[in-house]
Formats: sequence, C-alpha cells, structure tokens
Amino acid sequence: MIRDLIRAGTLALGILAAPVAAEEPFIVVQSTTSTQNSGLLDYILPGFEAETGIDVRVVAVGTGQAIRNAINGDGDVLLVHSRPAEEQFVADGWGVERLDVMYNDFVLVGPKSDPAEVRGGEDILAALTAIADAQAPFASRGDDSGTHKAEMAHWAAADTDPTGASGTWYRETGSGMGATLNVASGMGAYTLTDRATWLSFGNRGELEILVEGDPRLFNQYGVILVNPEKHPDVRAAAAQRFIDWLTGPDGQGAIASYQLDGEQLFFPNAR
Amino acid sequence: MRDLLPDMPGGLGVRDLWLARKGKMLLDVPELCLDGPGPTLILGPNGAGKSLLLRCLHGLIAPDRGRVTQGGEPLNDTHKARQAMVFQQPVLLRRSVAANLDFVLRRQSLPRVTRKARMAELLAEGGLDGKARQSARSLSGGEAQRLAILRALALEPETLFLDEPTSALDPGATQAIEQMVLRASARGVRIVMVTHDIGQARRLAADIVMMQGGHVVEHGAAKQVLDAPNSPASRRYLAGGLVT
Amino acid sequence: MQGFASEFSSALALIVAGDPELWAIVLLSLQVSVFAVLISAVIGMPVGAALAVARFPGRRVLIVLMNALMGFPPVVVGLLVYLMLSRSGPLGVLELLYTPTAMIIAQVVLVTPIIAALTRQVVEMLAEEYSEQLRSLGVSRLASVPVLLWDARLALVTALLAGFGRAIAEVGAVIIVGGNINHVTRVMTTTIALETSKGNLALALALGAILIGIAIAVNAMVSTLSLRAEQEGLRHA
Repeated sequence: MIRDLIRAGTLALGILAAPVAAEEPFIVVQSTTSTQNSGLLDYILPGFEAETGIDVRVVAVGTGQAIRNAINGDGDVLLVHSRPAEEQFVADGWGVERLDVMYNDFVLVGPKSDPAEVRGGEDILAALTAIADAQAPFASRGDDSGTHKAEMAHWAAADTDPTGASGTWYRETGSGMGATLNVASGMGAYTLTDRATWLSFGNRGELEILVEGDPRLFNQYGVILVNPEKHPDVRAAAAQRFIDWLTGPDGQGAIASYQLDGEQLFFPNAR
Repeated sequence: MRDLLPDMPGGLGVRDLWLARKGKMLLDVPELCLDGPGPTLILGPNGAGKSLLLRCLHGLIAPDRGRVTQGGEPLNDTHKARQAMVFQQPVLLRRSVAANLDFVLRRQSLPRVTRKARMAELLAEGGLDGKARQSARSLSGGEAQRLAILRALALEPETLFLDEPTSALDPGATQAIEQMVLRASARGVRIVMVTHDIGQARRLAADIVMMQGGHVVEHGAAKQVLDAPNSPASRRYLAGGLVT
Repeated sequence: MQGFASEFSSALALIVAGDPELWAIVLLSLQVSVFAVLISAVIGMPVGAALAVARFPGRRVLIVLMNALMGFPPVVVGLLVYLMLSRSGPLGVLELLYTPTAMIIAQVVLVTPIIAALTRQVVEMLAEEYSEQLRSLGVSRLASVPVLLWDARLALVTALLAGFGRAIAEVGAVIIVGGNINHVTRVMTTTIALETSKGNLALALALGAILIGIAIAVNAMVSTLSLRAEQEGLRHA
C-alpha cells in the first residue's frame, strides 16, 4: 500500500521533472486559423527559428479575437486578413505599421447537388443572391473573423441581409473555419472559405468548390507589430526581426514554395 | 455512601445534573459521588441514561444544568486529559494495530525508546503481539475492543470509562476484556463501566450505580446492591435480569 | 466510412508506434493535469476537511457555493484566467499567458472545487464516526483534520481521480489561456480540437482513444489499490 503510493509518487515526480518549457527567446504571434490549419506556418517557421534562434509561438484564433488579444497586449505580432480592421487597429495606435504579406483567395464551396445552381459561376454576388433566393442552407462563420467579415461585405454588396434568416437556412456556427466546414459538410450547406484551409481540410464529404475566380474573393494578409508604446512588454526587437524576415526575400520565398497536393496556397506580395 | 467508601482525592462528582432533548428529560441526577477505588459499574436497562451519564462524566456532553466535578473542581481540560473512554463499538483508525497505539503515544512526547517499550508492553497486555502490523480494521470483534482498551490505556489515564465494551462479544472474548479491566483496576486506574449484564457487574464491581429512567436509583457497594437492593427499581431489574 | 476506418487505424498506429510529436503532446497533457491536481489537492483537501469539521455561520452557504463551483463552465474559467493573466490584466507582469503554467492555473480553478467538495463529503461522514473518539483522545477539531484526511485516504484518491479526469479532458479553458501553441501549450484535448477543425477526424479520434486509454489505466490502478485495501481491511466499515 505505502510502497504503491511511493511508486506512484515517484512516477508523478518523474513526469513533472521534465522541463515544462525550455527558456529561449520567443515571440507570440496572434494569427488566424487559416494560416495554421493550412499548415503554412508549420512549414515556414522552422526556417526563421533556425536562422535567428527565436521561437515563434502562434495563437491561432479568428481575426476578431486575434485583434482583441493584441489590443490587450497578449501578442507581439498580428498576422491576420481583414484590411479595414487592421487599418483601424493601426489608426487607434495599437499597431505600429501594417504591411502586406501575401494573399490567397476565398472560394464558395457547397454540396455536389448544388440546390441553388451556382456551380461554375465567377460572380460571388450572383451566387449569394441565388443561395438566398433558393433558401439553400449556408454555413457562416459568424465569429467576427476575417473570413466572416469578408462574407458579410459580399452579402452587403449583393444587397441581401441573411442575418434575418439566421437559424433557418442561414446558419451561424460561431466557430473557426474548420469547424464551420465540418458543419457544412455535415448538413450539405454552402460556405465561404479561404482556399488554403479548404485544400488542407480532410473531411470534405459531399462538398466541392462551386464558385471561384471572382476578383472580389481576393484575400489579403497583413502583418503588424503591436505598438510597444502601448504595451512596453512587447518583444519589439525580436518581433521586428520576424516581420522583416516574413516580408523579406527569405520569408516571401518560403511562402511561395509551400504547396499542398501540388497547389500553391499563398502568394507572397510584400512590397 | 460516603461513609462506606474511603474518600479519594480527585473523586468524580455530579451535582444537580439535568439533561433534556426536545423537551424530554434524559438525565436527572441531583447528586452522585464516585470517590471509591472502583471498579464502579453503572447498571440498568436500555434507555436508563447510563451511556449519557458516562459521556457527561467524560465531558463529551455538556449537561443543560448542573455540573460534573473532579476533586471538587468543575471538570476542566486537565481533568479530561487524565480520562479515557472505550466505546461500545470500537472506533479504530484505519491504520495498523501499532499505528493506532502510536497515534496516542506520539501525543505524549516520549523519547523514541520509551515509546517503543510502551508499545511492546501494551501489545503484550492485550495479547496482540503478533498483530502489530495488521490492519486494525481486520481484527475480530474481541481483538478490536482489546485494541481500543489498549489505546485508552496508552493515555495512562487516572479514570477509564467503558461503555458496554462486551455487549457484542462472545463469552471468551468477554472474559479477556474483563481480565484487562481488572488488571488495569489493580494498577490503580479508576474504572467506570456501563453494563446491563448483571453477571458482569457481579464479577467486576466494587460499587454499583443502578439507573432507571434517567435517575440514579441506588449507589452502593456491589454486594449490597446485588444481594440486598434498597430500591424497588433495583429489585425489579435484578429479578428480571435473573430471568433473562 | 471504410476510408475512415483505415485512416483511424493508421492514426492509432502512428501514435502507438511512438511518434515523438504526439508523445510530447501526451506527456505535456499529463504534466499539466498531474501538476494541477496536486496543487488542487493541497488547496482543496484541507479546505474541504475544514468545512467538514468546522462550525461557523455561513458554512452551509459556502458548501452550496462550492458544490455549485463543481459545475463551473470551463470556458468561463478560461476567460477569467485570461483576463487576469493578460498583459492588460492585473497579473500581466508575470508573463504567464500562453504558458503551461497558465493552463495549470485554469485547471486548478476548475478542479479545486471538485476535490474540496468531495473531500468535505467523505471527511464529514468519517468525522461523524470518529468525532467522540477523537474528542475523548483530546484531539481538537483543527488537529483532527489531518487524522481524518489520512484515514479517508482511499476515498480521497477517488476524489483526486475525479479531479484528474476533469482536468485532462478539459479543452475550453486551456485553449483560451494556453493558446494551443505548437510545442509549448498544445495538449491532447486542444490537439483534438485542432485536428477536428482541420477535418482530420481519424487522428482526432485516435487521440481521443489515447485519452480514454489513460482514463482506463488510471481507474484500473485505483481499483487494484482499493481491492488490496479491502483485503487489508482498510475499507470503510
């Protein structure tokens, strides 16, 4: 009995004794689920970490939450995709400067049966109007993320307010892109997703790309240093090195070389 | 009574003791003086208030009125520290036999060597030498009660209260307990023991407190109470006791 | 679904074969939750035992409150801990957000009420049995706490395991305060959440199987322990 307790205690101590986190210089990047779920960050970050010895810790949440976390000072770098919100963030003094990093595009995916008959279209506004008219199920992020903001902008441009139908054919999941894709896959709904997440998504079921190529579906990512004047604890030097690397030739090259199933997911466009 | 028994310093006394619960009188003892060397046996039927009186004497229950005294002073913590009690159902710690004794011995800040010697002494006294490392909860009923008595004796009490310690035991186990009680008494420990077993009272008692319905109906030397009871209640109990 | 079955078995094979990344995640989960449960035990057991033996005004209210806290939503706990540890929060200077320590803190907040409430129950029952005997031996209420805790040890191990179960299976709080950062704060449950959101349902389920395996192993350990205790007669009578 006692011996058992001692043995269990020793085991527990052994588990605890292992270092919980090695202390090395690091920065915290508040980013979006799309950069993480697509595998991009896992692909490019080791290069930066090897070169500089700086560990990049990525917190992947929706753009809205990422920005709020950054306003609270809980991050050194913001890497998101909602230009108006990013510019507001800088204008309010929370960020130092917004720089373009890369882009990919949004695609409209939906069930093979395509009840709203939008397949093959290149006009996202027409497709959304058709979905609304057909009252075909549509899964929205509904989480104030970059993708959600983009979707809402398209609805507004199509002069449709789907939120009135919330709970009927218009379903707001309030979750990340992957979770929303799972919902769409499960209920045979349309949804707007960034291409990178779509390509790396493993549970497509009956879903396929129905509308793509509309210039309005362009999805720009920006990077911002959280303002050290607002939050003195921001690891500004290391964070600036990361931003310089990401927007410089090494980072841009790494982004361009990331492929999934032979397809390039992100297109670097830092100036 | 007082004339019959020699006055012992530190004798236990009760004055105007009154205890009630929910309006029902449970104990009403105007005066009681336990100043003999004992063993004192408290005898009476179920519900007579024997156990309650014992708990009042030990300070486990505070009476609603009246007081318990020792050596003329109201019962205080110093007095209580020199008392020990053994319950009807032995309450043993969920530890080994030795650990149950050690629990008490450790509280007396004895040197290690003395403690070990006391432990061996106690185990021998209770005939539990071979069972020191065994779990106390795995003892038989008789062994468990013997351990409970040993643990009480480990406190080196002046007074040892026992509340029907043998009521659930067979004759052999009962005899072993009675022997322990007599040996303790011979060593100078004042024994106050509750029982409803008249034979046990005859075997052990020097003096007997007879109780009924919350009252002390008689207190006197054992031989007198058993053979020539003064109170009608005592007579009735003893007569009934002989039949059952 | 056939594809799923083979995916699941290959994911399971990957884990069992000892993929170092996955094992690091499993190990971190254990570290965080074991640590959290130990701290919760140090806080919760004396508190629960004290509530069991002490008598003071407001005690019933405290007990009701503590029992209610057992069902506190993890996400709310996560949010509260986030607000405390955020650089804008009162404890921001400690720089604990997005570290395993932050996850331990969140789990401690979740688990302590469970351990305290279960401890109170167990100890109160035992105290009823011991009360007169301990008083007779001159043990004060305060001094009876360690005695009762030790004698209730087997039931308390079960309370610890209940706490451990809640801690290791919890995702809502640790994903907020830990941030699910790869190699730093990614544990089993947040990995399951992440892989689910990537649509890698097979891998997510395989990790879930590991989680269940840990639960079974822990419970088997306890049942062996209590069986042994029963043989030694240590069980509650």
